[in-house]
Amino acid sequence: MEKFTSIKGIAATMLNKSGNQLSLMMNIDTDMIIPKQFLKTIKRSGLGKNLFDEMRYDMNGNEIESFILNKDPFTKAKILIAGKNFGCGSSREHAPWSILDFGIKVIIAPSFADIFFNNCFKNGILPIKLSEDKINLLVDDSMKGIEFEVNLIDQLIIIKDKDLPFDVDAINKDCLVKGLDDIGSTLERSSFIDEYEKITLDNFAWRSPVKD
Amino acid sequence: MSEPKTIYDKIWESHLVYEDNNDCLLYIDRHLIHEVTSPQAFEGLRMSNRSVRKPLNALAVADHNIPTTDRSKGIGDQESELQIQTLEDNCNEFGIQYIKTSDKRQGIVHIIGPEQGFTLPGLTIVCGDSHTSTHGAFGALAHGIGTSEVEHVLATQTLIQKKAKNFKVTINGECNENVTAKDLALSVIGAIGTAGGTGYVIEYTGEAVRSLSIEGRMTLCNLTIEAGARAGLIAPDEKTFKYLKDRPMAPKGEDWDRAVDYWKTLPSDEGAKYDKSIEIDATNLSPLVTWGTSPEDVISIDGNIPKLEDIEDDSKRSAVKRSLDYMDLIPGSPIKGVEIDRVFIGSCTNGRIEDLREAASIVEGKKVSSNVIAMVVPGSGLVKEQAEKEGLDKIFLNAGFEWREPGCSMCLAMNADKLSPKERCASTSNRNFEGRQGREGRTHLVSPSMAAAAAIRGCLTDVRELTN
Repeated sequence: MEKFTSIKGIAATMLNKSGNQLSLMMNIDTDMIIPKQFLKTIKRSGLGKNLFDEMRYDMNGNEIESFILNKDPFTKAKILIAGKNFGCGSSREHAPWSILDFGIKVIIAPSFADIFFNNCFKNGILPIKLSEDKINLLVDDSMKGIEFEVNLIDQLIIIKDKDLPFDVDAINKDCLVKGLDDIGSTLERSSFIDEYEKITLDNFAWRSPVKD
Repeated sequence: MSEPKTIYDKIWESHLVYEDNNDCLLYIDRHLIHEVTSPQAFEGLRMSNRSVRKPLNALAVADHNIPTTDRSKGIGDQESELQIQTLEDNCNEFGIQYIKTSDKRQGIVHIIGPEQGFTLPGLTIVCGDSHTSTHGAFGALAHGIGTSEVEHVLATQTLIQKKAKNFKVTINGECNENVTAKDLALSVIGAIGTAGGTGYVIEYTGEAVRSLSIEGRMTLCNLTIEAGARAGLIAPDEKTFKYLKDRPMAPKGEDWDRAVDYWKTLPSDEGAKYDKSIEIDATNLSPLVTWGTSPEDVISIDGNIPKLEDIEDDSKRSAVKRSLDYMDLIPGSPIKGVEIDRVFIGSCTNGRIEDLREAASIVEGKKVSSNVIAMVVPGSGLVKEQAEKEGLDKIFLNAGFEWREPGCSMCLAMNADKLSPKERCASTSNRNFEGRQGREGRTHLVSPSMAAAAAIRGCLTDVRELTN
């Protein structure tokens, strides 16, 4: 996994319109992020072109001009800003794969669905939880296409001369910064797994599957 | 005496391999695998030259992509065929038991786990599918994982986890007739919202939960993920043991007796602490239906679609506006009587034998409305076989339903079963997201009996009008 220390880039904000009012789009689900017809792949790569497919393209496959990621400079966005409960729905890791393949490395939202949140860290994406009030401070600059810097080491979002701190779990941060392979580090502890299996499974024979 | 524990605490502690502050390694007893979320995991193992630690602890089946029409002619779609073949090849290469598409046990992964006795109380169960929460109905800690974690479990039989918080949902009282586990689940989601359970494991208790059959409990736990919690749990009891006894992969003889003794120690202790609790009264609940594009958008069948001006929160109001535009519904109008085009009965939420019995009891002797295409997709080959033994297939076919082969089908519409743009569907599945059942398709989530009633009347209908 690629190491994540700091990135600079454009931030795209997902907004909903009701009358004249714009507000952060909430409950962006994994079916929106990557519709099921693209889950038939046996590879991880190449999903970026289908990120938000049904919002991004019309029935004939033409780009919908008004959709944020079709508009310059947001076609090159590295940061995505959205409303609460981002990534709800299925466990499909195709969702973070498509986001990453598009070029987005940071998602900022008031809250995330558990499985999606977890999947982000496994793929070198940083999901940042910020209150809706704080996110609203970012929206204007994002819409103007001003460059953001997200510094994971210092845990800061830096825009022009202002900066906004954010929280991140220490273990998750460490994984991203070092670009660690989870499996490799767990296998280093395989003696614990051996011991667990020896002690527990000997005492609880029923826990081992019966071969049909 | 040690501190009182919840069932979640007990399963968590008994599966801890390693713990260092927040850094926990949890042992995984069972791993269910399907074709969509596994190919990249197996590829990862090959690329790192790693093996599967415990091949016998995994069970694989193709369900998401598979056609529900006659399969003797093959899969049809080339990409789907490749994905399904890849699953079979990977299972052969790594020594994992694979239920072939021609096997009568084939079906939706969350239906065959319990059917085969692969799912047991007190275990940790994972699958690269969010509806793995279903297995919590047996008192197992079961949740969905991403593909990276599928690979992690294959290689290590463990997961790196943080402990979730405990959330107790008590459902008191007794359900009225025609109010089902699906309605209870939707009422919980409506009450706490789709993010209400984020960061928690939900334990369901109370009279209405205890009274549910095992199938009903699976429906309730299945929908836990739609309330944001990765796992839902119900303490095992005599019903659980009776359901599992003599299942092909359940323990036998002395092992069974020891297992039951252990399972009886699982229910939460008196005085166990929960981080959050709510109580719901089932007594006055009506059958429910969703109106929007989130499972929390739920109302009674005799209720009205919300008015925008009644919603104070700006983000919520704009979300509702978007939903109602998408669903083409009039704010403030009754949901009952909204015309539908399609009916789907099936899925890991409601594709079990009891669900089909429930729907058939409404359909019997009646005809599907001429404006509706209705289909029943049994959750597994064994469910299909049992239904046919009971003559349910005849009831559905005589009424004008299609009777299909098992699979996930139009719940996520990865195969040919999907809505056309603007089509409206009464569906027993679990998600009403935009495009979920087909681009621009409109989904109303309901129970099997409500779906059956909608098929007969051609519109969203209060099933009680057909039974009273």
